[in-house]
Amino acid sequence: MIAWLQERRPATVAFLAAAGLSFVVTPGLAQQLVPVPPLQSPVNDLTGTLTPDQVAALDAKLRAFEQAKGSQIAVLIVATTEPEAIEQYALRVAEAWKLGRKGVDDGALLLVALQDRRVRIEVGYGLEGALPDAIANRIIDEDVVPQFRRGDFHGGIATAVDRMMRVVDGEPLPAPVSRAPAQDIPGLSGLLPFLFILAIVGGSIFRRMFGRIGGALATGGVVGGLTWLLVGILGLAFGAGVLAFIFALLGGFGGGGGNGWYSRRHGGGWGYPGGFGGGGFGGGWSGGGGGFGGGGASGSW
Amino acid sequence: MRTLKISLLAIGSLLLSACGYNTLQVQDEATKSAWAEVVNQFQRRADLIPNLVNTVKGYAAQEQAVLLGVTEARAKASQITVNADDPASLAQFQQAQGELSSALSRLLVTVENYPDLKSDQNFRDLQAQLEGTENRITVARNRFIQAVQDFNVTVRKFPTNLTAMIFGYKVKPNFTVANEAQISRPPTVDFGTTPAPAPTGPEPAPTTEPAPAPST
Repeated sequence: MIAWLQERRPATVAFLAAAGLSFVVTPGLAQQLVPVPPLQSPVNDLTGTLTPDQVAALDAKLRAFEQAKGSQIAVLIVATTEPEAIEQYALRVAEAWKLGRKGVDDGALLLVALQDRRVRIEVGYGLEGALPDAIANRIIDEDVVPQFRRGDFHGGIATAVDRMMRVVDGEPLPAPVSRAPAQDIPGLSGLLPFLFILAIVGGSIFRRMFGRIGGALATGGVVGGLTWLLVGILGLAFGAGVLAFIFALLGGFGGGGGNGWYSRRHGGGWGYPGGFGGGGFGGGWSGGGGGFGGGGASGSW
Repeated sequence: MRTLKISLLAIGSLLLSACGYNTLQVQDEATKSAWAEVVNQFQRRADLIPNLVNTVKGYAAQEQAVLLGVTEARAKASQITVNADDPASLAQFQQAQGELSSALSRLLVTVENYPDLKSDQNFRDLQAQLEGTENRITVARNRFIQAVQDFNVTVRKFPTNLTAMIFGYKVKPNFTVANEAQISRPPTVDFGTTPAPAPTGPEPAPTTEPAPAPST
């Protein structure tokens, strides 16, 4: 290619270079949004306003509340949410952290933007009955703002958290189960046809190579192995493998050989890994998959 | 021959999953449920308004014009039946809701002149509920816009656009900015002799421009 380029006229080379460079996409100079911090514990103080003792005390309280009640309340203190409004940022954080249990949506977030002098309580769908906008507004107006105005940030946050917990406690939510947050494995439904095809093709190949039983064993093994690799749950993988083995053993579409599609020699083995669900992968502290709809209240001091 | 049939079956089922028919179904339903949520939140706001009007009347009965304006705008917005797939219908709905938003902000500006009303706990609760509902409307609208965007992209991308054409799926209309020209002009600030009343805190936004969609 270098030789080819050297044979061309300089003007051509320059033109080609310019054309090539024009495809380089220059990143836009849009203002950067404040990133959502990773969720590691119920209390996230990015500004160092609270002392470690205060953080630990709040942390313990919120974790105990989650054990007792099931709902997840988190605190986040940032310097600023600019260029977004605090409502937008709070929703982004809540959607990323997924506070609250999946289906029950009983999460709440107390967000303080110190430089902006704004505070917001973001309430999940499930808590909107216990902690409606009016009550959240009252908590902010009566407890948080006066204390923040005096400079007592720990006091304001602690009081707000206490009141939120008391209010949520009045609400009969579903009892907490031992924490096993279900995680959706993305793209699995797209993989099912692929596994299906693989089982059909693999099944016929293995049967030719190893005979009926051997082929069934091999199909079951491959399907089970792949399921375990993709889903990571040994029980499910074992079940899928067993199903594949049974299908391969019985062979053929809906039983009986000797019609147009299959004879006994090529009895099709198809394994169908059925039923995918969540697994329990919890670490430190993580959200339970709860949803947020923009409810809550904001205030400033 | 049999291996040929098996491989054809395999390729056929792979193509079926790649052609995007299932994706179109999922995304079509997603837009429908997102739209239902938008209507739900607008309805929630409409339900708050009679309570608000009555509370304000208790303190500021002489503000007949503004109160009447809000009541009428609400009635007009509730009467519209919307078909989310028809751009004209969607634009009409947006306009009516926009007028209701304007009437509400006029009412809240008027409230500034009545300190008794402002300190009434009932009114403060209603105001909090109204602000919360406005936020929920924004969120529901963003999610609807995102859902429609996903659907439209699938309908327009190759090769799923072929499936869309076969089954008759068309691009759906999205929320537009009604008064785009007016919004792009910066507001003129005029410090006249009579001090104008400042709006209370974060007022419900009367604009219909879509806010940046939340990243999912």
